[in-house]
Amino acid sequence: MKNKETLIEKMHWLTFGPISIYEPWCKGCGICVEFCPKDVLILGEDGKLVVRDVHSCTECGLCEIRCPDFAIVIEE
Amino acid sequence: MGRLLKYLRLDKFPTVWCAGCGVGIVMGCIIRVVDKLKVNPDKVVIVSGIGCSGRMPGYLDFNTLHTTHGRALVFATGLKLAKPSLEIIVVMGDGDALAIGGNHLIHAARRNVNLTSIIINNWIYGMTGGQYSPATPRGAFATTAPYGNLEPPFEVPELVRGSGASYVARGTVYHTRQLDRLIERGMRKEGFGLVEVLSPCPVGFGRRNQMKSAIAMMRWQKDRAVSLKRASKMNEEELKDKIITGVLFEREAPEYTQEYERLMSRVKTRKEIGKREIQTGLGEIHEE
Ligand SMILES: Cc1ncc(C[n+]2csc(CCOP(=O)(O)OP(=O)(O)O)c2C)c(N)n1
Ligand code: SF4
Ligand code: SF4
Ligand code: SF4
Repeated sequence: MKNKETLIEKMHWLTFGPISIYEPWCKGCGICVEFCPKDVLILGEDGKLVVRDVHSCTECGLCEIRCPDFAIVIEE
Repeated sequence: MGRLLKYLRLDKFPTVWCAGCGVGIVMGCIIRVVDKLKVNPDKVVIVSGIGCSGRMPGYLDFNTLHTTHGRALVFATGLKLAKPSLEIIVVMGDGDALAIGGNHLIHAARRNVNLTSIIINNWIYGMTGGQYSPATPRGAFATTAPYGNLEPPFEVPELVRGSGASYVARGTVYHTRQLDRLIERGMRKEGFGLVEVLSPCPVGFGRRNQMKSAIAMMRWQKDRAVSLKRASKMNEEELKDKIITGVLFEREAPEYTQEYERLMSRVKTRKEIGKREIQTGLGEIHEE
């Protein structure tokens, strides 16, 4: 895909410390919420991922690798 | 943002898969491994059959081949023989690989073609609405088994090992880091490698079997999976209802593409034609 960089730039990722989320791809399955060892994440009223307590995040990356929809990135 | 996004066909997202479907998690494992091994993306080919798992090639920015139901390994074998330098990953569903494609699976393993194959085992025909497959557990419910499935499932690793594969592993999408390692080792291995991945289909399987959500199905994986190492310290009683994961089998054996190339170069140079170079497996033969 030639214009991939432009596409990536156009995506509006929401960033909270090390956690970035891309709402349009989140399907609200809750996997990231359930298995976060530090209860950092919750599902909001619209059923999408919300960062509840960024300060407890250990940047373990488990939410990123278990999200089936690539909607979370933990910055290294 | 997101070093790995470059491997995705972003304009095709979000995916068609249901919320919590495990196929996307396996897709993430594949791109992390390709990235870690620094394989040139132009050398990578993702081959699939038909099914929800079969949709994966549509989302990956590698060379991709979405083939017919059950035949992914056949196309992949042809590709590998035509261009052995390609790094080929074959993604199949359990119905795809074990029912209609069962014959191709055992023969690809027997020939020991250097492919990395992944069976995304969600215990059901997901795409067509929840019919039971040769991997559906006994007693589980499916649209075609309204009173519970009578048939016992294949023990996939045993089947593929017995057919001649070089590498056989099993993992779950819950144990994601382990799954990365299992796929990585499969890609490094010369010869036919298979990774069976237990993966949730909350829609086709879960909701008929008291596991309504992907979360419930992944909790099941968390509770039931034991690594081979841990299992070796457990007794039969403790192992009841457990699923053993990890590298289950590995061996060195002649790889088909290389054997084929060797044969071709011999034939082409007309050297020693007629002399048996391949080990016959018959042992020493005494002619009269
Ligand atoms: C030759 C042929 N027979 C049947 C079908 C219908 N069909 C499409 S997908 C599928 C099974 C899907 O189950 P599975 O392979 O386990 O993959 P999943 O959808 O669960 O990922 C079937 C029977 C087909 N497409 N082609
Ligand atoms: S990186 Fe780990 S601790 Fe932080 S939100 Fe994700 S799962 Fe939770
Ligand atoms: S795992 Fe992904 S899709 Fe599921 S709720 Fe979390 S961010 Fe959304
Ligand atoms: S039907 Fe099952 S396998 Fe298919 S996308 Fe939905 S959850 Fe995934």
